[in-house]
Amino acid sequence: MQLKRISKHFGEGEARVDALREVSLEVFPRQVVALLGPSGSGKTTLLNVIGCILDPSAGSMELDGDLVLRDGEWQRSNLRRLRLDKIGFIFQFHNLLPFLDATDNVAIVQQLAGADAATARKRASALLDDLEVGHRKHAMPAKLSGGEAQRVAIARALANSPRIILADEPTAALDSKRAGIVMDLLRKLAVEHDATIVAVTHDEKIFDRFDRLFHLRDGRLVDG
Amino acid sequence: MNLAYRDIRHNLGRFLLTCMGLGLLLGVVLAMIGIYRGLVVDALTIARAPAIDLWVVEANTRGPFAEASRIPGDIREAVARIADVTAAGSVTYQTVEAEHQGSKLRLYVIGYELTRPGGPPEIAEGREITRSRYEMVADRSSGLTLGERIRLGRRTFTVVGLTRHQVNSGGDPAVYITLADAQKLQFELAPPAARVQLARGTSGASLNTVNAVVARLHPSASPDATAATIQRWKHLAAITQEDQEAILSRSLVDRARRQIGLFTSLLLVVSAVIIALIIYTMTMEKLKQIATLKLIGAPDRTIIGMIVQQAMALGSIGFTIGTALIVGVKDYFPRRVILEPDNVAVLGLVVFVVCLLSSGLGVRAALRVDPATALGG
Ligand SMILES: Nc1ncnc2c1ncn2[C@@H]1O[C@H](COP(=O)(O)OP(=O)(O)OP(=O)(O)O)[C@@H](O)[C@H]1O
Ligand SMILES: [Mg+2]
Repeated sequence: MQLKRISKHFGEGEARVDALREVSLEVFPRQVVALLGPSGSGKTTLLNVIGCILDPSAGSMELDGDLVLRDGEWQRSNLRRLRLDKIGFIFQFHNLLPFLDATDNVAIVQQLAGADAATARKRASALLDDLEVGHRKHAMPAKLSGGEAQRVAIARALANSPRIILADEPTAALDSKRAGIVMDLLRKLAVEHDATIVAVTHDEKIFDRFDRLFHLRDGRLVDG
Repeated sequence: MNLAYRDIRHNLGRFLLTCMGLGLLLGVVLAMIGIYRGLVVDALTIARAPAIDLWVVEANTRGPFAEASRIPGDIREAVARIADVTAAGSVTYQTVEAEHQGSKLRLYVIGYELTRPGGPPEIAEGREITRSRYEMVADRSSGLTLGERIRLGRRTFTVVGLTRHQVNSGGDPAVYITLADAQKLQFELAPPAARVQLARGTSGASLNTVNAVVARLHPSASPDATAATIQRWKHLAAITQEDQEAILSRSLVDRARRQIGLFTSLLLVVSAVIIALIIYTMTMEKLKQIATLKLIGAPDRTIIGMIVQQAMALGSIGFTIGTALIVGVKDYFPRRVILEPDNVAVLGLVVFVVCLLSSGLGVRAALRVDPATALGG
């Protein structure tokens, strides 16, 4: 994954906010990296650009060897499909669909990508077992503990074997012990799935679990 | 995996409650439509009952329902002699309050000649009047039963037959008695008053007065032409059945009809707004979930499908509950509630369109949602 001089500003004139200024970075498969920085420094904005849900103002981006953005122009017409196939999201709050049980929350992303129901459920079930929430397969999200829900959400992020996993404060809702468990898990998954993981975090206790730390300040990368 | 269904199942209690509420509302709308139809049909019932073509009434009146009309009883023979008239009968109409089971019962008394037009339509129970005195055919809505005796004026009548749905435009149940009985009831003075009149040397109103003469025409005859012939007799007016029905539905119940019609339209608009609000808020509550769905890569079609299917489910279940409700209770209304299949179908269509339009609003909001809002931070 490679970003070249990505800029993003919101608004114009007086109200203009430069959320990202010429951010360039490169991350390799199996790496787990962190985006750090004070509030408002542009971490979420950068994650959204990498996740193809926010149009950057300028710059180029290569994901999994594909040039998806060139000089601020998307090179793919179907970004949704790109997201579905290549990118997994882990949210700060797990954001599971409340009306589907754990298994179906994981299965749905596979079905959206075209898998049949039986295959999707089988894989979902295996992923939940891997993440040690197999015993909660049929529980509704409201009945899961914070840690369980977060692991179901991680299973969902992995369901389509994405090449890139984006996580916005994945451990903010967890205590430090569980945060450590989740981070170890992410590291293990990065290796097993040959994926890149980019996580936004404020949590100093887990800084040592990352391969690299990117510091953002006022939309600029200060050191890598 | 059907997301609309799964979401409904997850919040089943709440969804069903919403459907119930909508059902009650649509039930009220249907009831109003039914009451409106009932009012219009009831207004025409009495005029349609004798199945005749022409009404002969007092000159310069539009009787006998919209205005009072009195003509001499012997007009009937003159009318019967007109070419094209196949049958004619004298009739009287009057409203009477009778004592029934300890309370006042308002009855619309119709007097007719036993062998001539003007009598009750189908008898639902019992028989027609066969004796010339003191027998009565009553409408079921009066609460009278076969064999029951009831006092009208100074005489007691026995109910020998029952009709269905025969009421006047005010909803008073109709009862049929013979013309002679009816004339006594309407025109005979109480004995003391009669003695006063006699002492004065005036005879009072003739007993042989009727309110109208009804006539059946030859199928090939033109009612308008025959009416014109009768009009020439100066002291009479003739109204075709078509005009009589127009008088009844336009002038007689016009205000009530417009009142209920306006209220029904208001109710329809209110229901439409409520349905739209329910569906819109249903979608708004789900915006976060919709953002999540978009973020994980759900196509718009999945999201639209979910919203539209839920709106349709809500609309159709609510409509079914409303219809079932009103079909179940419509016969307990004091006046007739008429549910015609095409009225029900039109309301169904309106509900369908409203659901579709308001889910369109929801869809618009859903498609605008930025998937980024699903990401915390
Ligand atoms: N949709 C938007 N419209 C206008 N300005 C925005 C928008 N999104 C973000 N910004 C601005 O861009 C800047 C960077 O925001 P961003 O959300 O990326 O910060 P962050 O580093 O994630 O902060 P936090 O740690 O508080 O989550 C902020 O100044 C923010 O106000
Ligand atoms: Mg943020």
